[in-house]
Amino acid sequence: MDSSQAVFDGLKKAGIDFVVSVPCVNLGKLMEMVDCDPEIIHIPVTREEEGFGIAAGAYMGGKKPAILMQNSGLGNSVNVLASLFKLYQFPILMIISHRGTEGEFMGAQVPMGEATTGILDTLEIAYINPKTPADALKLIPESWLLAELAGSPLGILLEIGFW
Amino acid sequence: MERIKALEQITSQLDDELVICNIGFPSRELYQVKDSPKHFYMMGSMGMASSIGLGTAMAQERKVIVFDGDGSLLMNLGSLVTIFNQSPPNLVLVILDNECYGSTGNQCTYSATTDLKKVAEGVGFKNTILYKESEDKIDFSPVLELEGPVFVHLKVQAGNANVPVIPLEPEEIKERFMREVQGIK
Repeated sequence: MDSSQAVFDGLKKAGIDFVVSVPCVNLGKLMEMVDCDPEIIHIPVTREEEGFGIAAGAYMGGKKPAILMQNSGLGNSVNVLASLFKLYQFPILMIISHRGTEGEFMGAQVPMGEATTGILDTLEIAYINPKTPADALKLIPESWLLAELAGSPLGILLEIGFW
Repeated sequence: MERIKALEQITSQLDDELVICNIGFPSRELYQVKDSPKHFYMMGSMGMASSIGLGTAMAQERKVIVFDGDGSLLMNLGSLVTIFNQSPPNLVLVILDNECYGSTGNQCTYSATTDLKKVAEGVGFKNTILYKESEDKIDFSPVLELEGPVFVHLKVQAGNANVPVIPLEPEEIKERFMREVQGIK
């Protein structure tokens, strides 16, 4: 199974119908699929923090939101996650291309790659780490249910090896 | 005009519109002049009001009014670019511009020298309206008749009204707003 297709199918199965995104090279194909789906409103944003704000508004308007971003975007979004999502108990699925992991060719990605899970732990945001497309397809719909039930963001960390 | 007076005059002219209000004193002043389940008071995440407004407007059809500030808009200036490019017809962005960070002690922002209305026009906004600080009556009906996204530049005096904090829990603000938006009684 193709990795991008598996994530896309998982999002569809979860009922995700509102996606904000900032590109990562590993998310390119998934972003195209999301963009072409007439049932999904897709909003490319200028910065991940902004995307979280938009997603919170969309949730209040009745949508099921997800964000597609690189793990660097998590660093750009720490305050909105704490002071909007945790404070008001907003759910969102965070599809995160986790750079700086095994197989990374660019040294500049490593510091944020290493900081990523620690930031999520500090924010008390749960995350999963599917290793195969089959795992992603199975776990993403369940993750949305958990996020909505908990009123919290949930991270889907997809390491370099996943793609 | 004082900001609380501007909020009072505008909200008295609203009917079915949803309102997203900026962090700090603007939300406290709005709550003081008028509370409603149609109001979402943003108590943290400075800069995010215009983005929350965009998401709300894109997700449903009712008109959304955002009360944002000059300092907050400057913190999330990319939001203007996204709003213009998505162009929701049901979004009105009102910048209550007092040229300072009013909730933290009136430190200056750059909006005295950088004209935020011109910034919005440079981004591409077709419908922009200016209310000068010297005006003492705001007729908001021209704004409500325009197709969105509308950028309203409303100059106000610096300073905060002496109003208490909002006695609502964040989750309560969210839940009642969602029930209102989604028509759940």
